[in-house]
Parts: sequence; structure tokens; C-alpha cells
Amino acid sequence: MEHRITVTVNGVPYTAEVEPRLLLVHFLRETLNLTGTHIGCDTTSCGACAVLLDGLPIKSCTFLAVQADGHSVTTVEGLARDGHLHPIQQGFKEEHGLQCGFCTPGMMLVAKALLEENPDPTEEQIRWAISGNLCRCTGYQNIVKAIQWAARRLREPAPAGR
Amino acid sequence: MATKLEELGGVGVRLHRREDDRFVRGKGQYLDDIKLPGMLHMEILRSPYAHARIRSVDTSRAKALPGVVAVLTGQDLAAHNLAWMPTLSGDTQAVLATDKVRFQGQEVAAVVAESPYVAKDAVQLIEVDYEPLPVVVDPRKALEPGAPLVRDDKPGQTTNHIYHWEAGDREATERAFREADRVVTLETHYPRCHPAPLECCGCIADVNPATGKATVYMTTQAPHAVRTVFALVTGYPEHQIRIVSPDIGGGFGNKVPVYPGYVVATAASLLLGRPVKWVEDRTGNLTSTGYARDFHMKGELALKGDRIVGLRVRVLGDHGAFYADAQPTKFKIGLFHIVSGSYDIPAAFCEADGAYTNKAPGGVAYRCSFRVTEASFLIERLVQTAAYELGVDPAEFRRRNFIRRDQFPYRSAFGWVYDSGDYHRALDLALEKLGYARWRREQEEARRQGRLLGIGIASFTEIVGAGPSHTFDILGLKMFDSAELRVHPTGKAVLKLGTRTQGQGHETTYAQIVATELGIPARDVEVQEGDTDHTPYGLGTYASRSTPTSGAAAAVVARRLREKARKIAAHLLEVSEDDLEWETGRFYVRGSPDRFKTIQDVALAAYTNFPQGLEPGLEDVCYYDPPNLTFPFGTYAVVVEVDRGTGQWRPLQVVAVDDCGVRINPMIVEGQIMGGLCEGYGIAAMQLITFDEQGNCIGSNFLDYLLPTAWETPRFELYETVTPSPHHPLGAKGVGESATVGSPAAYVNAVIDALAHAGVRNIDMPLTPDRVRAALESVGLAE
Ligand code: FES
Ligand code: FES
Repeated sequence: MEHRITVTVNGVPYTAEVEPRLLLVHFLRETLNLTGTHIGCDTTSCGACAVLLDGLPIKSCTFLAVQADGHSVTTVEGLARDGHLHPIQQGFKEEHGLQCGFCTPGMMLVAKALLEENPDPTEEQIRWAISGNLCRCTGYQNIVKAIQWAARRLREPAPAGR
Repeated sequence: MATKLEELGGVGVRLHRREDDRFVRGKGQYLDDIKLPGMLHMEILRSPYAHARIRSVDTSRAKALPGVVAVLTGQDLAAHNLAWMPTLSGDTQAVLATDKVRFQGQEVAAVVAESPYVAKDAVQLIEVDYEPLPVVVDPRKALEPGAPLVRDDKPGQTTNHIYHWEAGDREATERAFREADRVVTLETHYPRCHPAPLECCGCIADVNPATGKATVYMTTQAPHAVRTVFALVTGYPEHQIRIVSPDIGGGFGNKVPVYPGYVVATAASLLLGRPVKWVEDRTGNLTSTGYARDFHMKGELALKGDRIVGLRVRVLGDHGAFYADAQPTKFKIGLFHIVSGSYDIPAAFCEADGAYTNKAPGGVAYRCSFRVTEASFLIERLVQTAAYELGVDPAEFRRRNFIRRDQFPYRSAFGWVYDSGDYHRALDLALEKLGYARWRREQEEARRQGRLLGIGIASFTEIVGAGPSHTFDILGLKMFDSAELRVHPTGKAVLKLGTRTQGQGHETTYAQIVATELGIPARDVEVQEGDTDHTPYGLGTYASRSTPTSGAAAAVVARRLREKARKIAAHLLEVSEDDLEWETGRFYVRGSPDRFKTIQDVALAAYTNFPQGLEPGLEDVCYYDPPNLTFPFGTYAVVVEVDRGTGQWRPLQVVAVDDCGVRINPMIVEGQIMGGLCEGYGIAAMQLITFDEQGNCIGSNFLDYLLPTAWETPRFELYETVTPSPHHPLGAKGVGESATVGSPAAYVNAVIDALAHAGVRNIDMPLTPDRVRAALESVGLAE
């Protein structure tokens, strides 16, 4: 039995018929072809699949697409605006916060939610916030710096023209 | 004002990474992101038993499920002579089991279906009748008489013994031990762990029924070698095989071997005439693909006074059900005989035996150059043990036994020729930055208060950049690597290499090499890797070999183009070549610097106005056969506090001094080191793949196989010394693995140091709270 759902993803409403067991991560990746959301485990442990549901981070590998019916989802593809990188994306680039890039979308979305709730987090708060996201490449230190970079930029936007 | 090299993004510049632009937008293209028209999905059925005979496999219910296109068993593959494949160590490995299963998680059958969900459903419907057999998981027991025989498929194989291997000089070493006034011994197990890149392994096999061309997208660190192996194993013509390694979500050695899933998916595509995608899940990744380490080691130092005069090592390697170590053919345990480390030891001998057990195969170099990690760990642990026995400070003991700067190039007792080093300087810098003397005082003070602090040091030497063709090959393929550089008429360039980045930043660093050598801005150089139809042959990226091999090739090919450019510039300026001076990016006439041609001018002329008789164009290829390996080194120093109640320990300070020669991009180098320090911490503290008596894998998912998160990962303080490699064109040495190799011993030494005054000399990794608690109890330190 298929269910008809409407999910707003990155501001665009999508309606689709889905199997009730379809995971949100597969809905995003396979149905909508938004492959920036990744899959790294089977046990809700790694956070590679993290997206924002109504602004709050969830692990989309442990969430059914039908549960997202009527909600709004933000994925990595929704971070940049009008071709301009979001400060969090800039921060990851500036501070070398990514290597293979597989954890990066999930990390950035969790960071976005953190900074919206707490614009000036301590290092400890950042580390705690991203502790549900594994990174195998960076050792986290530059991810922390990247989020700090973004926090500064969001608090004091760059002068116009930059 | 920015220097010329800064403007160009040359060697030494902290250039932001080119590849980041797509990754931060979610526009990378990893294997699972690729979709081909008509693509089918494959799922593998794995064995629940560690050792069992297969009586029968019934696929009828699976085949009947709507959406299922095919079900393949070992018997189906056997009909095409594909049920077994060779391993990278010259053994054989089952692709899909035919006779029996030999480890839990082994591949038994595969379903190909229209959707991944249907494929997973159908796998559950396959009925396998197993007859469980006695299981052996301990390599020591595996070598006892009467142990269950794992490899009864191999004619003449009557025990679980795989090899005996020796290196060094047994007699000289025995003599050194006879004449020693003290012998220090350490027995320890470097546990089985798994590289666990965040992206699992997978492939899409696309055999075109019209042309016969087999294109396989694959999560591989070594696409060219895979193509040749595929051709040799199947007899499929090599020009009809194209391996494409797309963006890779981390490799760490896990993506070097050829896995059964790749072979089955390719066979399925060939049989069905449609593309077949296979992406393993995490349990499949952790239970069946290349594990690392699992060495039981005994090391002994012969001492005369405070000098090491001999080293003797015995290793028992647990290789699981198939001997599949990814390593150079010549060696049975990789480069383990770098085990004399940073020390000037006149006599050394090492012997090793390997055993089959009912565990997954692997033996991959997990962020490591072929077992240098186990070797480095053992010698750094041994040296600390010896210092305790002598009552000498462990740092001072190292200083007295280091190879001195004036001894390089240094030939070790095992025959390696270390290219360059300055171990004293790296150690001194690390101790200064750590505040070693102050921590020693605090340690005393803490002890008086009943708290346990420990200071651990590891002064590692790596051996990377495999390698020179006289010694190094994998399945006969010599371990050179390559770079092909083509400068377009407008002065932009494309550089193609035989390696494959998995996060190391090759798209940026290789371009920096061209920028330095040719003066073309790094942003104007596109770097391509991973597609065997479009890149020159090479053995791939692992063992920290990219910079020492392909990096060198990039420099050499750029220099060759510079020489051709000189001819064209001379033609344009109407002077003789000898009258030209090169400064980065341009040739000018000696004595009149205003008369010059930029490399871009020359590039255009190479297609529009070249001297008669000169071949048009500006491109070349270099296959670089390194004259020697490179030997990065450094000192890691760690302070920990151990909780006497829980056995938990926590790093308070981590200082890393790395010397990887010339740094092409210091930002990327530091990123590699921090990543390695984190993985080293994970290996020391928590990462463990173990097995119960029935061979059930404990550590088959991320709930059991613990990886460090941002929360417990310590902060790292990085410093450098620079001792260039004398034989690398840029003086670089490679750095991707230094910290994974060197740091586990530093963490463990620190924990042991906290307990050493009470007599504790060893706790096997990982140093989980229960193991540390047991050690505390054993010496009456537990609270
Ligand atoms: S894929 Fe690992 S938490 Fe979702
Ligand atoms: S950058 Fe590779 S997992 Fe984080």
C-alpha cells in the first residue's frame, strides 16, 4: 500500500506516493535525487544522514518518509542561497573542516541547528552538539574551528562586497 | 605583498582545497550517488556461522518474489570458474561459498532485484542448510594439533599454519643476547581493528551487452591494479575493462582489496546485461571486509648498560580464513621489519608465523604502510619498558639509543636504508612544548595526592612510499606511480595520475606541485584520478605512497615540460636556449629581464608557433620508480589521567612533532596528522573487533565497535621539524599515516606510565576501562 505524502524540502514542496517503510534518507536520495545526504551505518550511530526536520536535526536513516509528511526538511543542498555558500559551508572550507567530505553534510546541518539556538557556543558545546556525528578523517579539531568560524561570521556578517 | 609562490598556490602554501566546493554543497559523487539507466540492486546473504558445512542452498522462494531478477550461489559462480578468487597475498578466497563457510559474515549467495528493498527482502527468503563445525578463533589454538582445519579446500594443507618468515641476522642477534647484561621482554597483542571509513564499500558493474565493455564504478584506492587483476582472473580482455573510482568517502586501506561483492556484481551484470549496484551495509563492512593488525607479538631487547645491542621479535599473525594481506609480494608480514624503529641497534632478528582462523580475512594496512604500525608500536612500547627496568627516564633512554643525525643515510640491522632524520631534535621539541619536566613534577605531586598521571612518548620512524621496483611489487605489478601533464593552448593544464585520493586533497596538492615547477597557477591545473581509461597506470593510494611516488612523478613531468618550454621560448625570443633563465612562470633572456615569455605564452606557441622539427604540443607522462623509500618520523607526547575507580583514562595534553620532509600544503598535512591522532586514540582506547568462542563477531556495528566522537577526542598541539628527503624531487616524504602509526604507543605508554611505579608493564589494547581497572586491581591501585 502506497501512501501519498507531501514534504517540503529546501523550501520546495514535493508530493509522492511512497511505501510506508521507505526511510526518509532513501526518499531524499532516491526519490528526490538529493544525494548530498549520506548513509554510513545501520544503527543510527554515525550522523552521515543528518538533516533538519522543521529546523531540528534528525537522523534520516531512522525516520520514515511518511513521518515527514507535512513537515519541512533541510538538506545540505538547501544551505547555499543564490549560489552563495552559507557561512557554515564557508567555515568548513576556510578551516579545512573536511577531508573525504562524507560526514560533512550531516556535520554542517547539526552545526546550523546549534548556531541557531546558540550563536556563541563554547568549544565544549560544539563538541557535544556534534558528538552524534562520526568523522573518520579530520580528528574533529578543524570541524570545531569551522563551526567557530561560522559562528563569528553569523554574528558579525562580513562587510558588504565580500 | 604575496610572494610569487603564494600567488600561484605553490608548494608550502596553505591553499584552500579545490575539492571542498562540491563537497560542502553535497555535490560530491560517491559510489552510491551514481545511478545508471536500468540499474539493478544486489544484496548479499552472509553466513551466520563461523564454520559450517553447506548442505544445500534453496533459492526458490527468493526467486519467486516479485521484483527479483536473479539469485546467485557459489555453485552458479563455480559453473563460470568464479567461485574462488586470488588474494593479494597469493592465497585464494571464496567469492560465494560452495563447500563450507569459514567465518561469520562470509558471502553465501546474492540477490539481484529491481529495488534495494526487494533485494533485502529476498535475501531473507534464501534457505541454507548448514552443518555447524567446530570453530577456532585463537591463532595459538589454531596451531595446536587436532585444531579444526579451516582450509580443507587447499590440497596439502593439513594444518592451519600459513607461513614461517624470518628477517635479520639470527646468529648475530643470538650472540648479542648472550653477551647482554640485561634482557627486557614485552609480550603484547595488537588487536584486530577495522579501518571503518565512513562510506562503506560498493560498486556498480555495467557490462554493455553490445560492446562488451565492462565499466565498474568501485570504491577502490587502486583502480589500475584492480583492472589488471580482473583481467588476469577472468580472462576478460583488459582494454574492455574500465574501473572508475568516484569520490571516495575515506579508505584507510579498507578499499584496497578486491572484495567478493565486486566480483559477484560484475558477474551478475555480465549475465543479465544490465548495470548492477552493490553497496554493503555497515555490518557487512565490519564483518567481511579488510580488518587490520591482529598480531601477537613478543619483543626482547638485549641491553649493555643503557645501550640496546640486540632486538629479537616473534610474531604470530592471525589472518582469518583467507590469507589476504594487502602487501608487497616479497614480504609475508609487510614491512614489519622496520621494527628497530628510531634506534641504532647493531643486531636484530624477527620471525613470524601466520595462522588461519575462523575469522574474516583482511590484514589491510589500516592507515599504515604494511605493518609498520605494529612494528612501531612494539618497539616504542619495548623501549619504555626497558627504561623502567633500568630506572632511566624513558625520554633520556631514547636519546641515548637514537640513530644520530650524522649517521644518515643509515642502514638498519634489517637492511633498510633510512634516507634522513633528526630524531633528537623532534624529541626535544616535543618535550619542550609539552613541558615535560613540569609534568614529571606534577606526576609526583599527583601521586602523593593519590591521583594517577602518566606521560607517554612515542618517537616513531615510518617507512613509506612503496616502492622501488627492485623490491616492491603487488602480484608482480611493480610499485611505481605516474603523472601525465598536458598544458592546453591557453595555458591551463590537466594533470592525470595513477593514484586515487580518498580525502587527502590530491586535487589541490598535486596542482601545487605543478604551480611550483611550471608557474601555472594551481587553480588553472585540473587534477584527475581514478578512471583507468583516462589516467596513466599506477598502483594507487595507500601506505602514504602518493606524495613519494605520484607527487614525485608530477614534479618530474612538469620539469620535463619546462625543458621543452625552454626550446619554444628560445624560438619565440630568437635566442639560444642557453641564453634563457627560468624564474617561476617565465623564461627571460639573461641580462635583459624585460625580454621574456611566460609559460602561458609558450603554451600557446606549442600549438600555434613552434620551432620546425619540434613535436607540437606541451604534454608528457612520467612513470616514477622511486630510488628508495622515505622515512618520515616524529615524536608524540601524551599526558593522561587515569581514574582509579573506573579505570577510565583521559588525555590531558597531546603534543605532536612531525617531520615529513617538505610540506606541500601545510594545512592539509596538519589535517592528516590530526585525523591520524584521532584514529590512534580510537585504536588505543576503544576500537576492537573480537570474537566469542563460536566465532560470533563482537564489533559488527557502530554500537559495539566504538569509534571516537568529537566529545572524547582530545585536542592536539602540532609542531614540525623539516628534514627533507634527499632523493625525493621535492624533498617530501608522505604523511597520511604517521599519526596512526606513531600515536597508539604514545597513548598506551602514557597509561602504563601512570601505573608503572606499581609495577604495571603492559595492558593490551584497546585500553578499555575494564582492562585498566583490572590492571589497577592487580597492583593494589584500584579505588
Ligand atoms: S546513516 Fe548512520 S546515523 Fe544514519
Ligand atoms: S571528512 Fe571523511 S568522514 Fe569526515
